[in-house]
Amino acid sequence: MVEAGRAVQVSLVAPWSSGFRHGVHPPDLKDLTARVPIRRLPYPDEIVLPLKQHTGAPARLIARIGDHVERGDKLAEADGFVSSPVHASAAGTVTDVDLWPHPDGTWQPAIRIAVDRYSPQAQRPRLVPEWQGLTPAEIVKAVQDAGVVGLGGAAFPTHVKLVPPKDTKIELLIVNGCECEPYLTTDHRTMAEYPERVHLGIRIMMHTLGVRRAVIGVEKNKPDAIRALRSTLPGDLDISVLPLRVRYPQGAEKMLIKAVTGREVPSGKLPLHVGVVVQNVASLATIAEVFETGLPLVERIVTVTGHGVRRPGNFIVPVGTKLRDVLEACGGLTPQAREIVFGGPMMGAAQSSLDVPLTKGTTGVVVLTDADVKPQSAYPCIRCGHCLDACPVFLNPQLLGSLALMGRYDDMEAAHLADCMLCGCCGYVCPSHIPLPQLFQAAKVAVRSKKSAA
Amino acid sequence: MSRPAFLITASPHLSSGDSTPTIMWNVVGSLVPVTGTAIYFFGPSAFFVIAAATLGALLTERAFGKPGTLRDGSAMITGILLGLTLPPGLPMWMAFVGGAFSIGFGKLIFGGLGQNIFNPALLGRAFLQAAFPVSLTTWPVRGDSWWALAGDTFALPFRSPSVDAATGATPLGLMKFEQQGTPLADLFLGTTGGSLGETSSLVILVCGAYLAARNYLNWRIPIAIFVTVAAFAAALQLVPNSRVPDPAFMLFSGGLMLGAVFMATDMVTSPVTNLGCWVFGAGIGILVVVIRLWGGLAEGVMYAILIMNALVPFINRATQPRVFGTGKAVP
Repeated sequence: MVEAGRAVQVSLVAPWSSGFRHGVHPPDLKDLTARVPIRRLPYPDEIVLPLKQHTGAPARLIARIGDHVERGDKLAEADGFVSSPVHASAAGTVTDVDLWPHPDGTWQPAIRIAVDRYSPQAQRPRLVPEWQGLTPAEIVKAVQDAGVVGLGGAAFPTHVKLVPPKDTKIELLIVNGCECEPYLTTDHRTMAEYPERVHLGIRIMMHTLGVRRAVIGVEKNKPDAIRALRSTLPGDLDISVLPLRVRYPQGAEKMLIKAVTGREVPSGKLPLHVGVVVQNVASLATIAEVFETGLPLVERIVTVTGHGVRRPGNFIVPVGTKLRDVLEACGGLTPQAREIVFGGPMMGAAQSSLDVPLTKGTTGVVVLTDADVKPQSAYPCIRCGHCLDACPVFLNPQLLGSLALMGRYDDMEAAHLADCMLCGCCGYVCPSHIPLPQLFQAAKVAVRSKKSAA
Repeated sequence: MSRPAFLITASPHLSSGDSTPTIMWNVVGSLVPVTGTAIYFFGPSAFFVIAAATLGALLTERAFGKPGTLRDGSAMITGILLGLTLPPGLPMWMAFVGGAFSIGFGKLIFGGLGQNIFNPALLGRAFLQAAFPVSLTTWPVRGDSWWALAGDTFALPFRSPSVDAATGATPLGLMKFEQQGTPLADLFLGTTGGSLGETSSLVILVCGAYLAARNYLNWRIPIAIFVTVAAFAAALQLVPNSRVPDPAFMLFSGGLMLGAVFMATDMVTSPVTNLGCWVFGAGIGILVVVIRLWGGLAEGVMYAILIMNALVPFINRATQPRVFGTGKAVP
């Protein structure tokens, strides 16, 4: 625990340590796109930008229907500190603001833009201040204004992590290059193709946080990324690249911190409490871009993959591009395509509509085939205990699952339901195919609604 | 592009590929060599006894279980395992009744697969031991030819068994009641008297190693049993004039191998935590030695496992994992 005003000495684990315990090792399935260079997708005819693209309060609309907007113009502003603005990802005309299918399965307010087919899609010229001349507070403000959120999937506003509480001293920046979800290769390609941009992002972060040391954690199944990062290490900074044993869910903050430092973030606390800030490589590359070009977060790299799509690859996609347009640009679906997942197959959400837009948090589009999603019959729990061996936070999913089926949500809370991050390891190993993560998600929702009603 | 019907399922969208029937049928498969060994050593009687016990189990599951549960393979395991705990000359009808009792009162009455407290096969054997104590402790000597039937395999129900069958003794019986040892090689390879599955430690260990390698049984349980039995026996040998058999004999005689590898490791009736599995195995090991040395019976594996089965809920509660970042276990 951190005592007020005292620095935490963060040491790294010994090189022979095997990292965090438990977890699972699914087939990584990254071969489809691991060597495919990042390419830019053509602009679609229409962009749909939900106001809620991040964890926290949705952005507040400032654009009006009929407005002509340039690429990078702000359409909605942050509503409070834990919120992030939304910018136009293409030049065009705002045609409508209405409810629209959202990747989370709900309908959310979204801004529709008819893209100007003849626009060169250049950004409006804007003054980019030199980051070296800015104070940390000014950098934090600039990061928020650029709408930067965590690009690893959770889409937590990046600037929030840059403001530690007064009595906490940050000692170490951990850069998350694990990409432990099967299929996905966006972080992999970012590290392999833009290592300098990642290092510039790290430099800006180290300056902002006042830390002197950064560690890039990369799983060993990306040797080319490790090579690229190592060959471009800046000589004047203490940055090291740490190859990690391949293990899911190593990309989860708490697991990565455990693997790199051997420390456990206390239950219910943030990485700040052990003197660490974790940032995803793609987020850092975006921060570097923001200060290089002045362009806010309007596009991101997405892996479109799976055996259900004809031409898998890694693409720079304007935020708000509809799933339909992305799939068409990738040659469309194969006849075997059966299920479309946003994110990786372990935690990703299945999509019910081709109209959903890709948002800032969409790391990948995985199109699974009939062979991938064979229906499996559920059996009663045989108490094999495999889920206990898989759970990276050492819960008892067997107990939680039986409590969930009985609706005993209070008992589940006592059994640390809140520590469950829905990583899916228990569901992955369960031989009886009991949908444990789904039960836990439902229980979390029930607990939350009961609390807000009280 | 015609609009495909998309599937909407909850994450994770991958699975390890294991399934409950896969596990169960792998256990059945690994019991085949054990059954084959029993038939090799005891002749056709072994086959008839195991077949009768299995038939009793399967028919009961089919009659009273939920539809389709025969396919999960667990009734098959119970039947074969029960058969392996029986003496070679047992009348077939008794084995059949035992199989029916195992499934009916050992499993279905609790609510079917996953709900039972006690190992069904052992519960069936305990029932048979109480109902037919003489038949369950009659160990026929080997006949002159391999195909000779041992004992009263085809005896009719409720007729007094023929008394002319020559009876032998098991290594544990010899040890307990006549203080007579058996060569270790015989015990290990299985050329001794005893229940059908009590013979070849070698075959059982090889099959168990296969299951452990595929993670279809928790290796901690048999290892804990072996270590505890050996250590406890070795410690007792230090007591002067104790006349305790040496640890190797304790390990390789009787039903210890079959019980430790195939019975105690039944997933449903063993703890879910790894620490709990160590405790569970150690408890069985201690009870086996205690019953064998000081109990009225020559063999104690069955009751040792059944007693520890009853303690599993308490073991689970006491050995909950320590939640990440808390320093304490779930209450």
